[in-house]
Amino acid sequence: MLNPDSVGRTFAGAESVTVSQSEIDAFCAVISEGDTTVAPPTFSIRITLEQSQEILSNPEIGLDWSRVVHGDQRFEIKRPVVAGDTFKCSSTIESYKVAAGNEIVTVRSDLHSIDELVVSTWSTLVVRA
Amino acid sequence: MIQVGTNLEEQVFYIDRAMLKAYADASGDQNPIHQNEEFAVSVGLPNVIAHGMLTMALVGKFVTDWAGGSAAVKEFSGRFVKPVIVPANQRVDLTVSAVVTEVVGDRITIDLKATSAGVKVLGMSKAVVVK
Repeated sequence: MLNPDSVGRTFAGAESVTVSQSEIDAFCAVISEGDTTVAPPTFSIRITLEQSQEILSNPEIGLDWSRVVHGDQRFEIKRPVVAGDTFKCSSTIESYKVAAGNEIVTVRSDLHSIDELVVSTWSTLVVRA
Repeated sequence: MIQVGTNLEEQVFYIDRAMLKAYADASGDQNPIHQNEEFAVSVGLPNVIAHGMLTMALVGKFVTDWAGGSAAVKEFSGRFVKPVIVPANQRVDLTVSAVVTEVVGDRITIDLKATSAGVKVLGMSKAVVVK
């Protein structure tokens, strides 16, 4: 079970992540996107899901990632992600409830490049009973 | 003329196991339910399923093709209502359609729908683009 004290708190990712052109190219190739000058709108999930997994798997928070199913996803994109962007990720547990034994957690992750907020993502994760 | 109620032309994408492998590598999501049939069945799934975020990436491609590029997308959301089931040696459809629901200046909101094998797989899906 998720530690209820963690709800509403914001956790900062430990490391910065720099986006490479080859990562954008590979993502574009899967969906046959020919323009690789900017990242496709869902590209940032590559960073936020990994970072929030690392953050939320912390024993202090206690999310059991092995039973997680992705419920909802939302992106707010202030400007497109480009190669060379270096992001710090922070994740906030915005809401938490238990329904029919399943835990439902909404995590907001913000990607900042220095002081600029570039993308916010909201992932609703269902931890199956 | 784009106005509320304008329908976007339906587009069909195809998903196969090779695409799941490519998406796993491109996204870093190597969960075996998206690649290993034996494992997927062992955790109660009917077969290998596509990454929800691959579905959303393809729906995103539908949006950016219409909007004139990735940079046009300001907001994008969806709910994974049912999995896209991807049997071995087959390609399954992802059929995407949309309708314009709001126009405010150059900001256009569309409601999106995606089905696979006739089953709705992405619901509550919206995008806001600047066009």
